[in-house]
Amino acid sequence: MLADTEVAPVVEMRGITIEFPGVKALVGVDFTLRPGEIHTLMGENGAGKSTLIKALTGVYAIDAGTITVGGRQREFRTTADAQAAGISTVYQEINLCTNLTVGENVMLGHEVRTAGRIDWRATHRDAARHLAGLGLEIDTHSLLATHSIAVQQLVAISRAMVTESRVLVLDEPTSSLDRGEVEQLFAVMRDLRARGVAILFVTHFLDQVYEISDRLTVLRNGALVGEYPAAELPRAELISLMIGRELDELSALSRTAVREIDRDAEPVFHAAELGRHGMLAPADLEVFDGEVVGIAGLLGSGRTELVRLVYGAVRPDSGRVRIRGKAARITSPRHAIDHRIAFSSEDRRAEGIIGDLTVAENIVLGIQAKRGWLRKVRRAEALAVFADYAAALGVRPSDPNRLVRDLSGGNQQKVLLARWLATAPQLIILDEPTRGIDIGAKADIQRKVAELAGQGLAVVFISSELEEVLRISQRVVVMRDRRKIGELVSHDIDVADLVDYIARHEIAETVA
Amino acid sequence: MMNVLRHRLFWPIAALLVLVIVNTVARPSFIAVTVQGGQLYGPLIDILRNSAPLMLVALGMTIVIATRGIDLSVGAIMAVSGAVALTIIEGSPDPDGMGTVLIAIVTGVLVAFVLGLWNGFLVSVIGIQPIIATLVLMLAGRGIALLITGGFITTINSDPYRFIAQGYVFGLPFALYVSLAAVAIVALIERRTALGMLTEAVGINPEASRLAGVRSRGIIWAAYAVSGLLAGLAGILYSSNIMAADANAAGLYIELDAILAVVLGGTSLMGGKFSLAGTVVGVFTIQTLKSTITFLGVPPAVSPLFLAIVVVIVVLVQSPRLRGWVARSTRWRVRPAASRDTEGSEVAPS
Repeated sequence: MLADTEVAPVVEMRGITIEFPGVKALVGVDFTLRPGEIHTLMGENGAGKSTLIKALTGVYAIDAGTITVGGRQREFRTTADAQAAGISTVYQEINLCTNLTVGENVMLGHEVRTAGRIDWRATHRDAARHLAGLGLEIDTHSLLATHSIAVQQLVAISRAMVTESRVLVLDEPTSSLDRGEVEQLFAVMRDLRARGVAILFVTHFLDQVYEISDRLTVLRNGALVGEYPAAELPRAELISLMIGRELDELSALSRTAVREIDRDAEPVFHAAELGRHGMLAPADLEVFDGEVVGIAGLLGSGRTELVRLVYGAVRPDSGRVRIRGKAARITSPRHAIDHRIAFSSEDRRAEGIIGDLTVAENIVLGIQAKRGWLRKVRRAEALAVFADYAAALGVRPSDPNRLVRDLSGGNQQKVLLARWLATAPQLIILDEPTRGIDIGAKADIQRKVAELAGQGLAVVFISSELEEVLRISQRVVVMRDRRKIGELVSHDIDVADLVDYIARHEIAETVA
Repeated sequence: MMNVLRHRLFWPIAALLVLVIVNTVARPSFIAVTVQGGQLYGPLIDILRNSAPLMLVALGMTIVIATRGIDLSVGAIMAVSGAVALTIIEGSPDPDGMGTVLIAIVTGVLVAFVLGLWNGFLVSVIGIQPIIATLVLMLAGRGIALLITGGFITTINSDPYRFIAQGYVFGLPFALYVSLAAVAIVALIERRTALGMLTEAVGINPEASRLAGVRSRGIIWAAYAVSGLLAGLAGILYSSNIMAADANAAGLYIELDAILAVVLGGTSLMGGKFSLAGTVVGVFTIQTLKSTITFLGVPPAVSPLFLAIVVVIVVLVQSPRLRGWVARSTRWRVRPAASRDTEGSEVAPS
């Protein structure tokens, strides 16, 4: 359902330029959004997607160019200006009040009033009506915090509908949703499209791009590459438009996984019956030198819980751990680090980077923590570490003094990988290291992981993208409903097999 | 020029200079420094000397605030350390003996250090919110001090003890050397070792620091212990200045002055990045302000109001947002058609 090009656009951005100190974030970008279309903004991290969205939603002021909404030229000074113009935004991180009820969140600022007082019954009734309009039948009196991220996102969209928005901006709404939740969201998006709402969509999942979009606008390095009808732009061409070069790197990597692992040797890491009540049913895990063990499963299947117990980020209440055959007790990250185990959390911003410190400081933090505060990593040493790890991973900009929060997600992930590699681990656990990052950075990280495993490092690799898990790992641990349901050898199977395996309900015997 | 303007210490230093200039214009004798018997005297010298207790307290406060904490108990700890030291000297047969005074000082500071350890224990091990944890000692500390002095204001006569706050070395007040030495030692420990960076990491993102293997418990604990120790030293200086241990008046409200000094110096109450140099400037600003009040003869009844007004002005001058508004509105007057091209630099890309 491609919206007619003849329809008057609801949003027209012309020649948008935004500069930050020393950087041109956007240069003369045009963007057009028409009523009743789902328009996906594509580009690598750092291409300017977020900046363009923030210009449209009034977060950043533009340095040059014009924004026309509904035929009138606007100047957005604040996010409230943009909202008043009918532009609503649902961010990746939900910006609702989780300590209020669902109904209160939906109707916030639009409560039904009688005689100056809020009529709560009518307010909740209205909220329920709006939610039902999106196919969401939940108790409006329940606290928002008790619902999943997916439901919270739909509540945020309902809220946008209350304000009768003509433009809905969805900034990576699907990055933490599972398949079913994505379907639910897409159904809502299609419904809104049919009602004439213009939707600006951002995602990193190519499948989703083609499943839902009518039109694509591609950005690269802060400049417009072009606008295309989704149906007329083949996937490979889209990728090369985004990265500006032919990308054979990912396919070249395919099945580097097929490598012989010496499983007769003592495993680097061995856990038996590792678990914690209410978090993870006791599970076994073995990782050998030079092996990449993938963990597959849906969000909430227990894959993150398993690795957090391995690392001691959460204290396990059952299980025995052996490191190279010797019994070990890991109940805190410190213990894990002392056993040369590294862990990169899936939540980059909250549990990974130290935003206000520089890139160099973030990278040496791991070494520094290991050494203790008395023996400071000297400046020259820090720069050498930066050169060895960060530069090798292609951290951009290649400036050790830049604050790490100013980097794009992919580059932050590289910084974290560098931090851990610099501590010379024998086992590295990577929880969703490629989530929400651009395809170039993804290829860099996958290549590095394969290379490190080739050199003998043991790796545990978690990813929502099953294809990626299969491509990179020799063995796949499959999780479901907070328990381990089995192990598969990855070169025997393809994604369909894996999905099938996860979908099957019975708990298989551990293969290993 | 722009680089000077952008330096994070530019506005704190500018505020301090303006205060000094205003004082000098009001009464030129403000910057006069006279030499009597090889010793320097004058309002500026008084400021340097009298700021010593606040300097010590504010240094500790800076480190605590960097960990996302706050230490309200510093004033009470000052009272305790002064009470301990003076009670020892009072009870000694030889109050003028160097040994007596040294024992008194070391014991007083050690007690303060233990109180700091107690604060750190409550915050880092038990996990009590810093404001509540240190409130305990803020209230109980003065009671402890009264208990030590037996409910009286202990006064002593001891020349070596008097020397700490009132003596001169090489023409300058000894207290100034104490405060400079404290600044130098704290700065050395924080910046020459990794303690400063690790403290900032814990303050910016505690969970990420924990997962990176930083021993955040020890770092937070140490911050409160150092704050207690420095407050103890400040208590010695204070009691030496008045040669009395006044459990109720010693260090009263100094925690608020210290917090203000830290903030004036550009360290955020949200924790994380801290600036010791900024704190030093902040301390001098506050001390200058206090002298201004006495110097300009502001009636005591309105002096808190005067102080509040000046602080508000200083904070406003330092506010990046306000400066942005001013810059923008003046620019608009010059060329009304110009777009808001200052905005981009105000909002960092996140």
